[in-house]
Parts: sequence; structure tokens; C-alpha cells
Amino acid sequence: MSKEPVAVVGIGQTKHVAARRDVSIAGLVREAAQRALDDAELRWADVDAVVIGKAPDFFEGVMMPELYLADALGAVGKPMLRVHTAGSVGGSTALVAANLVAARVHGTVLTLAFEKQSESNAMWGLSLPIPFQQPLLAGAGGFFAPHVRAYMRRSGAPDTVGSLVAYKDRRNALKNPYAHLHEHDITLEKVQASPMLWDPIRYSETCPSSDGACAMILTDRAGAARAPRPPAWMHGGAMRSEPTLFAGKDAVSPQAGKDCAADVYRQAGIADPRRDIDAVEMYVPFSWYEPMWLENLGFAAEGEGWKLTESGVTELDGDLPVNMSGGVLSTNPIGASGMIRFAEAALQVRGQAGEHQVEGARRVLGHAYGGGSQFFSMWLVGSRPPDS
Amino acid sequence: MRDIALVAFAQTDHRRTSDEHSEVEMLMPVLHQVLDRTGLKTADIGFTCSGSSDYLAGRAFSFTLALDGVGAWPPISESHVEMDGAWALYEAWTKLLTGDADTALVYAYGKSSPGSVRDVLTRQLDPYYVAPLWPDSVALAALQAQALIDAGHTDEPALAGVAARSRRDAADNSHAQLRGSIPHGDYLVRPLRTGDCPPIGDGAAAVILAAGDRARELCERPAWIRGTDHRIEAHGLGVRDLTDSPSTRLAAEKAGAFERPVDTAELHAPFTSQEVVLRKALRLDDSVRVNPSGGALAANPIMAAGLIRIGEAAARIHRGESDRALAHATSGPCLQQNLVAVLEGDPR
Repeated sequence: MSKEPVAVVGIGQTKHVAARRDVSIAGLVREAAQRALDDAELRWADVDAVVIGKAPDFFEGVMMPELYLADALGAVGKPMLRVHTAGSVGGSTALVAANLVAARVHGTVLTLAFEKQSESNAMWGLSLPIPFQQPLLAGAGGFFAPHVRAYMRRSGAPDTVGSLVAYKDRRNALKNPYAHLHEHDITLEKVQASPMLWDPIRYSETCPSSDGACAMILTDRAGAARAPRPPAWMHGGAMRSEPTLFAGKDAVSPQAGKDCAADVYRQAGIADPRRDIDAVEMYVPFSWYEPMWLENLGFAAEGEGWKLTESGVTELDGDLPVNMSGGVLSTNPIGASGMIRFAEAALQVRGQAGEHQVEGARRVLGHAYGGGSQFFSMWLVGSRPPDS
Repeated sequence: MRDIALVAFAQTDHRRTSDEHSEVEMLMPVLHQVLDRTGLKTADIGFTCSGSSDYLAGRAFSFTLALDGVGAWPPISESHVEMDGAWALYEAWTKLLTGDADTALVYAYGKSSPGSVRDVLTRQLDPYYVAPLWPDSVALAALQAQALIDAGHTDEPALAGVAARSRRDAADNSHAQLRGSIPHGDYLVRPLRTGDCPPIGDGAAAVILAAGDRARELCERPAWIRGTDHRIEAHGLGVRDLTDSPSTRLAAEKAGAFERPVDTAELHAPFTSQEVVLRKALRLDDSVRVNPSGGALAANPIMAAGLIRIGEAAARIHRGESDRALAHATSGPCLQQNLVAVLEGDPR
């Protein structure tokens, strides 16, 4: 059976910062949503439904905040869905919204993801213990560092690769006016000299805690025809999940990530991702995840991802640019981080990415993951409508 | 539009406490039951979606562990809403409509016993202006009940009648937490007495959806989802008419509920007074069998109670006790957000 093609016709995000003390949570999300509407030249009344996502409610201390945010997002009298799939939530939220259009349930949908981490303390929010379960060990870094170490041992990657990623992403962020970290004096030496937090992860190889929101307007073929600026077309989208802890799990390159990418490539007709995809916005909260995900997503053979990074392939002017926006390493409003990846991919194929635009980007992958490398969501967007 | 049906439903026995079980342990038997009823295995399911709340569990990402109970290996196509499972069913329904999957497993669970649920639910309110005052869920429902009485829509004896009927009907529901005749009780927050309020309890539920011929293979009499829709209202109670539920009416209209009469309605009305509001919004008269399960007044496991309404309505169709049923789920203070589904069995 045929699905309705889905187009991204509006994108808006806030300038991400450590603390937006000038706005409430409602003010923050309204700002991103209004910018997405302005980009699409639509009004609140043109939106048929709202799909909102964020990472755990404990980060702001508001239970099911979609209830309180209904007014701010113009959702009164409309359907409003709230998605929560841990760190992958921003991507999943966009996919749930896209399904509403693809299924022809709604014509135009506003989707938005946010985090206002300054309202609370994310470290606390992630560290509530329950009996009979291992604690997360000093935040996400403590959980992921052993997996990075396993990757280094398995691939033989030199220990300089992580700092190359961080140096690249922070320089890319300087070209993105919405990025949180704008480190104008960044040097590779500074990254390498930064304190070791969770060996082998250094301070400058980790993501910040940000306040921010990202919104997109998704619409059908008719909506795309009315759009004032070039739409981004969805060519494939998928979610995959696997258990957090079990003996067969490969924490370095989870099967769920491989399966998710394979599903997206099948839908989009991608035979060779390295050749057929022009750029990637991937979820890299700790720098070493760039080479790890390059392999998991099929851009490099197992153990070879770090070579792409080291040889400059993933630089903004490289053959396969990765995280042109500066990525999660430069901007991390957790619940929104996945949607920002999806939105930045769409900006690229629309030719609207400004200073961090990749020339001639036609097909770009947006990627998000969450939990203990357990939840994956991805989409591939293109500058032209999908076939059929 | 593709025909999609609810083909199996299972729920726990709902209890005041379940200290001896984790959320996963509470959920597992229900997942097994619903799969057994269709003969499906996890690997056969095209899409899985769940509803739950971190705030009940008291920790972030609580739903991630429930996935271990599903047995998500090899990896599955899966999603989660931080809402009642009725909305997880809605997400799964749209997924099946796209044709990406032919079957879906939907589950929901909530344990209210570890904390004070009246306090916990205050955290749903506007975090700057309302939540700091800690107005609890019973007090807010009492405001709504008093508004209804003041408007002449009901009175305390009528509310007592709703309570008595629900508890009487629950006598036939082995899963219900409160069963048989129970006194209307003392005032909890005027004008609501204990009998007007839902029990606090723990529970889980699961359903399986299937499309077209797949549904007919899996179930003798599938409960076809003829339409479903949900709508939200303003958050501030001061800008809403608490005696009415325009979002329920609109959702019902979009779901096609008013096109032909229904014979059964499962309403997610945790308070007796809310049944009064919903009956009016849904134009239900005395010919409609309302909450034959006993409804949320007999068992109200938060995050699962809405999905249970849809499951109970579908189960009546499966058993041949209903031909066209309406199911309703609610979320937020004083019926802020409402979902309506219309289910039908094949003609007999």
C-alpha cells in the first residue's frame, strides 16, 4: 500500500545556551515552534496536530509536560502526542509525526523536542537508584567510557582520534549560530590538554548541558507544493530497540543500530552508504562515537571507522562530512539533540544550512540513539521527492 | 483506509500494592497472555509501543527496563509514549495505517503504590504558577464536581448512584481492585466521598492489533477500529468550562462515534462526576451499557487505565456481547486530554 510522501517545510531552533533564564519552558518551546512556522510561512491554525518529545521528565521536574505546554504550542483543540524514547527521543518524535502524515491521518504536523536542563540537574535526574540494578556510574560518561575503551582495543585506533573529532565539531559549531559552544580559541592542543574525566574520555570530548528546543513542520505532497522554500523529503525512517543488558549485546556496535540503518537504506534505495549519502548528522555525545557509529552505520568496515576520521574524510570540506552543525558535542539539550540531528540533515538538503552548508548535499542521514546504546532512530532526507 | 482490529487483550489483577514485583515482573505475565491468545511470538510482531510514566516509578528512563521483559532480541521496531497506553495504541494504529507493519503489540503499566499518587500528580501542573501550591488530583476533581452540582447537572445522590453501579458491575470483573457493594464512604474532598474516587493501585495491560486478513486469522471476531482520535484542551482550569468536555466531543466526532449508536461505552472516568461530563459530551443515553467492567472506579492503574478501557470494549466484541462499542481514555487534570475509539465486530 502506498504511503503519503512526507516533506519538511519548516525548521526552527533556539540559540542553545547553558541556561535560558529569560524564558519559561513554555517560552522556550514557543520560540522554536514560531521559527519553524515562520520558515514554512504558516500560521498556528494551519497545524493539524502536535507531536512533542523530550528525555526524562525528571530533567525539568514536570510530569508529562505536554499537558502544561498545550497552550504554548497552539495545541488546544488538536491532537497532541508525547514521545519518550530516552536519548533517541528527538528522532523518534519526528518519526511519529512523520507517520501521521504518511498514514494520511493529518496533512500538516508540528513536531518539537526540547530540554531545559537548567531547571534541574541532569546528573541527579539520571542517578536515582532502584534496587537490584547497577547505578549509571557517574552519569552517562561513566557508562559509555568502557565501551569506547573496548572499541579502541578492538580496532587498534590510536588514542588521538577522539580529540580530532572534538576539535572538528567545535570548529564546525563556530559556523552554526544556534550552537551552544562557540569556542573561538579552540585548538587541537587545548582539547588534548583538557582534563581526563572518564578515561579515555577528556573534558573537551564530552557534550555540554544545554537549554534548547528544535521544531519542524512536516507536511504532505500538497503542503510541500505550497511551501515557500525548498522542502526536504523523507526517503526513509526507522526505529530499532534492543535490551539494555544481556550477554549477547555488542555495546561497541549494537545490532539495533545496524538493523535500523539497513531498514532506512532499504526504504531509500541506498546500496552503498559511503557513496550514496552526502553527509551525516549523527548522535556523538562523546567524541569517540564518531568512528564507532561510522562503522555501525555502514560507512566503514568494522575497525576502519577511525581511519575516515583521521584522514579528514569527516571534516566539513571532506568527502563525507559528519556533524556539520557542531553536533551533540557542541549542543546538547538532551531531549532535542536527536531532533536537531534530523533537522540539520533536512537543512542541508534544503540548502539552508548557511555557513556550515555542504555544497551539493542531496541525501543526508540524521541519526539518534539513546539508553545504553539501546534505542535507535534515523531518517534519510533528500532534496528531491522519493520515487513513486 | 486500511482495516485494523484489536485481536487480543490481557490485564493483570489490579492491586493496592505490588511490593513483591518489579514493573517488569508485573508486566511479563500480561505480555505472555496476550501473545498466547494469538499464537504470536515477539519476533512475529511488526511494531511495539508502550505507555508509562517515570514519575510513578520515581526514576528516569524506567521504561527501558520493561523492554527486557518484551524480549527485544533480535532488535525490534519499538517506541514509547510518556502517556497512558491508549495513546501508545494510537501511535501503533498510525504505524499500521502506513503499511509498515501488519501487527502491533501495545502495552502499558503503572505502579502507584510506591509513592503518594495525589502528590505525584500535582507535578503535572504548570510548574511556575500552580504546581508550587500542590493542589492534588482529588481536590481538582472536587472543583469539577462542585461546578457540575452548581450548574444543576448532577447532585450527590446521583453521584452515589454512579459509584454503586460501577462497583456492582465490577463484581463480575475478576481483575478489578474494588468489587461488589462498597459504602459510598466519608467525604474525601467535598463534595466527593471515597466512593466517588478511584482506588489507588498497580497494574498492567497489553493488546495486540492486526491489519486486514491478519486480524481475521488471529481472532474469531476481531474488534475493528472504525475510528480513533484524541484532543487536548487548555491546561489552566480557569479558562475551561469544567462542566463540559469539548475535546471529548470533538474526538468522538472525528472518530465517527456519532454516525451510528453504540451499545457499549467504556469511559475512563476516575471520578463519578467525570462520568456525568463524559456522558453528556458523548451523548450517551440509558440505552448504552456504560462501564460494564466497573470502570476506573473499580481499578485505576495510572497509565494503563485508558488502554484497559479500549481492551475491555474490544473484549466485549470478541465475546459477542457488543457489536459497536465506544472506548475513552483521559489524561491530565479534570479531563484535559481525551481519546475516543470506536470499535465494531463483523455483523452476525
